[in-house]
Amino acid sequence: MLGLNRKDTTFFLIVIALTLFTPFLMQPFGETSPLAQFNGGYPDLMAKVAIFGIFAIGFNILFGLTGYLSFGHAAFLGVGSYAAVWMFKLLTLNVFPAVILAVIMSGLLALLIGWISLRRSGIYFSILTLAMAEMAYRLAYSVLTPLTNGETGLQVRPTDPRILDGPGAADYPNLFGLELSRSWRLEIGDHLFTFNVGYYFCAAFAILAFYISLRIFRSPFGLMLRAVKANQQRMNYTGLNPKPYTLAAFVISGMYAGLAGGLMAAMDPLAGAERMQWTVGGEVVIMTILGGAGTLMGPVLGAGTIKYLENIFSKINENVLHDWFSFLPDGLENAVVWILSRFTGEGWALTLGLVFMLVVAFLPGGLVEGGQRIARLLRRRGGKGEGGAGGGEETAHTSPSTPPAAE
Amino acid sequence: MGILEVKNVNKSFGGLHALKDVNLSVRENTVHAIIGPNGAGKSTLLNVLVGKLIPDTGSVMFDGKSVLGRKPYEINQMGISRVFQTPEIFGDLTVLENVLIPCFAHRDGVFRMHAFETVEREAAMIEMAERILEDVNMADKRHAHAAALSRGDKRRLEMAMCLVQEPKLLLLDEPTAGMARANTNSTIDLLKEIHEKRAITMVIIEHDMHVVFSLAQRITVLAQGTPIVEDTPENIKGNPKVREAYLGTAEV
Repeated sequence: MLGLNRKDTTFFLIVIALTLFTPFLMQPFGETSPLAQFNGGYPDLMAKVAIFGIFAIGFNILFGLTGYLSFGHAAFLGVGSYAAVWMFKLLTLNVFPAVILAVIMSGLLALLIGWISLRRSGIYFSILTLAMAEMAYRLAYSVLTPLTNGETGLQVRPTDPRILDGPGAADYPNLFGLELSRSWRLEIGDHLFTFNVGYYFCAAFAILAFYISLRIFRSPFGLMLRAVKANQQRMNYTGLNPKPYTLAAFVISGMYAGLAGGLMAAMDPLAGAERMQWTVGGEVVIMTILGGAGTLMGPVLGAGTIKYLENIFSKINENVLHDWFSFLPDGLENAVVWILSRFTGEGWALTLGLVFMLVVAFLPGGLVEGGQRIARLLRRRGGKGEGGAGGGEETAHTSPSTPPAAE
Repeated sequence: MGILEVKNVNKSFGGLHALKDVNLSVRENTVHAIIGPNGAGKSTLLNVLVGKLIPDTGSVMFDGKSVLGRKPYEINQMGISRVFQTPEIFGDLTVLENVLIPCFAHRDGVFRMHAFETVEREAAMIEMAERILEDVNMADKRHAHAAALSRGDKRRLEMAMCLVQEPKLLLLDEPTAGMARANTNSTIDLLKEIHEKRAITMVIIEHDMHVVFSLAQRITVLAQGTPIVEDTPENIKGNPKVREAYLGTAEV
């Protein structure tokens, strides 16, 4: 189906199903259950997972395949957001023109930054991209204030021309009149599920982004990108110029970042320079490595994990912890709460840091490798007699139809 | 006129005059060995031929066209392939993928944005790659990880990657360096077979005289950056100048 072989088609259908059923999957607990605060199935978080999933999938095309580590992808995210908000202001609050311009503008910026940065490789490339993004961030605060509105950020105002919108048009980003903030609720017993237009809009793009990434992974172009990572010297002496391949990968990943930025603006029509800060560029690096760089599913898993931790762990403050541990004697309760509160609430980043360190140290292939190890362990437990067959699968794993870099 | 014509090439690195007035003519469809003691300039000459180094003066013509100032990938596309002293392969990829890459390079040139095609549907390319793997007796290892191969197999794989491009000239930089005698002999047989079957011109840089005299039809002896003799193997063996250059360091 769609140019995929049977295995990939199944894989893709599973991804689509997971995406469509996210409002259920991320909402496993009932409203009155004490675990209700671990529910992540609200539109804002789900859309963030989809958006950062897109960001990380694109980043993975550059970093996972070619091995070029960019710390400057936040610049493309920011440009995507600004471009989208300008479309809202000038043309219409319909999200399609906004998203299209976001992708185009970030692609152009990626072409420029990539053309300059790709003169170097390794750490020098990383530093160049970091410098470029930092420059974009500073420019947004200084000379570019007419375009970016400086520290206030770019917003949609009632006085904006919006030449394509008629007098009765919606005042919120919409899909041909259907507002993205619109939600439907479904109550089943104690459970409450929310279906949000904005989430499904982002999810549709995430599915498209995943599909394109899957095709690139399986294409001769993707093979060339992996060749760049494996041995540039041999590539040169095989009659291939690595430069346009890396530049193409850079621009594609920049466009993915721009799409993510555009979708962020669509969910919340506001663009600020803080989206271009280097911490955002670092976040996508962490997402990709945490999930598993060079794998198809890894970046999405990484993005989901981090956004979930960020939104759920940060809500567990000391009061919540005291509630949980009220059964302990007072002194002990205070001690336990004191320790745990370093890792939750505002300290959630510490948890993330620990998880990241553990993954990098013990699972260099990220969460995907963790999943594979567990699956292998279960298979071995399942039938000792299949030992030989398991070994056979190992080798089948590295056949060109299922490259090791892809699951 | 040879397929490869090197004329009056000079190359200095600071005060070191690595190549002095090098003239070399390689005739089509011969195996031409370049020998000489360490530091004679063999590797420098090879790097000039593949575009890695640009000589200070002189000209290098391949197949009637100058190679000077061209990038290594452009020179490769002209029909010169190179085997390195330590095999340069794509370690992260499988053996079959390693060979597929030069197949695509051969068909599509230095760059093509084939992002929406699928590798496994490129039947012609896969067939081409599998055929060359059979030629070098590696078909059974096609799904192995290239980095996990033995040194001898890596060498075979690299050779297959070069051959699949159907080069007009194959440059070999000490193809048997660091190999056991048995592996050396099998490499010699492989090279002989390649030469006979495919009629590829080869330039070999080699220390091992056993390899040189088993394969070469012409030999150029380089000493201190200058070719001192060029002749057939039989005449080289008895040449006193060659003995002098080596000072008995080789079993000539």
